[in-house]
Amino acid sequence: MGRFHRHEDGTEHSHEHEHETGDHSGYETGTERVQVLERIFGENDKTAAANRAALSASGVRTVNLMSSPGAGKTTLLRETLSRLAGEKRVGIVEGDIETSIDADRLAGFGASVALVNTGNGFGGECHLDAPMVASALPRLPLADLDLVLIENVGNLVCPAEFDVGEDARAMVYSITEGEEKPLKYPVMFRSCQLVLVNKIDLLPHLDFDLDGFLANLRQVNPAADILQVSARTGEGVDGWVDWLRKI
Amino acid sequence: MHELSLCGSIADIVGRHAAGRTVSVIHLQVGQLRQVVPDTLVYCWDLVSADTPLAGARIDIDHVPARMRCKACGHSAEVGDLPVFACPECGGVNAEITAGEEFMITSLDLETGT
Repeated sequence: MGRFHRHEDGTEHSHEHEHETGDHSGYETGTERVQVLERIFGENDKTAAANRAALSASGVRTVNLMSSPGAGKTTLLRETLSRLAGEKRVGIVEGDIETSIDADRLAGFGASVALVNTGNGFGGECHLDAPMVASALPRLPLADLDLVLIENVGNLVCPAEFDVGEDARAMVYSITEGEEKPLKYPVMFRSCQLVLVNKIDLLPHLDFDLDGFLANLRQVNPAADILQVSARTGEGVDGWVDWLRKI
Repeated sequence: MHELSLCGSIADIVGRHAAGRTVSVIHLQVGQLRQVVPDTLVYCWDLVSADTPLAGARIDIDHVPARMRCKACGHSAEVGDLPVFACPECGGVNAEITAGEEFMITSLDLETGT
């Protein structure tokens, strides 16, 4: 029983046997400290590993697609599905707090779509977690698929914290969001293997400093692949589809 | 607001370790790079634990500053407030995070005696 902690220099240890009140006399009412040392994401990560194993056993590669609301994930997915039609069999896990609007927008493109509404009575979860994705996978014909694209809930914070069983993470960032976002949301930008810089067709119409943004992105994630795209005009989307072919 | 679902996970873990005993304090370690808002976590904990055997247990948070180690020169440094993962010694940007990603229940204070 001890007080585990970490010092500034990174060392860790436990102090033996502290009592907030009481002692060993056997007469006092007090508290006893018991060591737990259990990761709070432990259960989520176990389910994520099971998702990953199930997807992998079916020969499916999986990408977790994240962004803020309105960055263009669904439009990009429509462009993606039409380019991969006849070549890759794609399943979509569509996460939204409410409504089937995005799932409906993806209907008719030849992909199987499993919708997960994250409404929970408290205003809705702001992310997909591994158990939510696990609940969606039985609704996809995994054995017949090559690729699963998970459209996460639009949010730059929470989705980054949850492993859902993906092979890779990609982020859709829109140039209307401003240059400083990588510095404000470093955890998500750092967790991605690819950052799609979307709405690049708007560049002549905005004060957006593309070089400044790229420098900020490099500061938090020097290793990320970066692709400039416009899901609306289709510019650069072939590069993204190539990236998907290689993961 | 993922603090709400995190509190559900905390309740599961604490309930398992407490095994029916009364919990007075839950000690957490939260790294700087974890996007957990302490006040929100405490607020959500009150919501989640209300009317359960864990009601009244207090959350105590030990913050862990983020640290990085430069893969180029081996220099170790605190990341600091601005999330810039560049080595202050050689300017290298290929750094590994050595601390600051913790999110763990370290210990529980359980009531003793009667």
